[in-house]
Amino acid sequence: MLVRSLRVFGLYHPAQFFSGSKTMATIPVKNGNPMELLIRDKLVRQFSPVHLDIINESYMHNVPKGSETHFKVVVVSDKFENTSLLQRHRLVNEILQNELKNGVHALSIVAKTPSQWEDSSKVTEKSPACKGGFGR
Amino acid sequence: MKGVPEQPMCGFSNAVVQIFRMHGVTNYDAHNVLADENMRQGIKEFSNWPTIPQIFIGGEFVGGCDILLQMHKNGELIEELQKVGIQSALIEQEDKKE
Repeated sequence: MLVRSLRVFGLYHPAQFFSGSKTMATIPVKNGNPMELLIRDKLVRQFSPVHLDIINESYMHNVPKGSETHFKVVVVSDKFENTSLLQRHRLVNEILQNELKNGVHALSIVAKTPSQWEDSSKVTEKSPACKGGFGR
Repeated sequence: MKGVPEQPMCGFSNAVVQIFRMHGVTNYDAHNVLADENMRQGIKEFSNWPTIPQIFIGGEFVGGCDILLQMHKNGELIEELQKVGIQSALIEQEDKKE
């Protein structure tokens, strides 16, 4: 079960993952969001983003409170230069493929290069409202 | 998609239906993965894409809801529809404005 296997993440201090990174502030350890921490770790390691937002949108959906099933990630990285939208999304999906097989049910991705991000409003819109699903 | 175009069962699937409706595109094949667990899994393997909805235009995989939304905003969707012989309703609206 996901919860058992990720229990160990409650013991990590996320600051370990960000040493040497100029971009990420230390975030407090929270035992309640192991999936979010895992996603953050993987995206930071892979993309060294200049901006990263991970938004748990599970509360907007027909799932139990406290779920970590629906996420929006905003990744701004020069690793996306000269890549199409589809390629960028595939890259992010690839990095998070384990999570997508083990609990993460929906992943909304905003993937921009630093210059695209600077040119944009930098406002992240909420994902569409849930239509009920099948409780999944 | 999840659900059917007349009644989507997922906000992301609904967004796709609405975007196509804005472009005047309603005559498309839609498959409800919630009614077929084999298809739900199979399409993810086929496209090597982990989520639903999945959009194909002219037999080519285009992406999910986020990508379609982006293409809608930047005009790319109108071009992609044109490539398969579909005239977007939004072009006509643009013409009327001019």
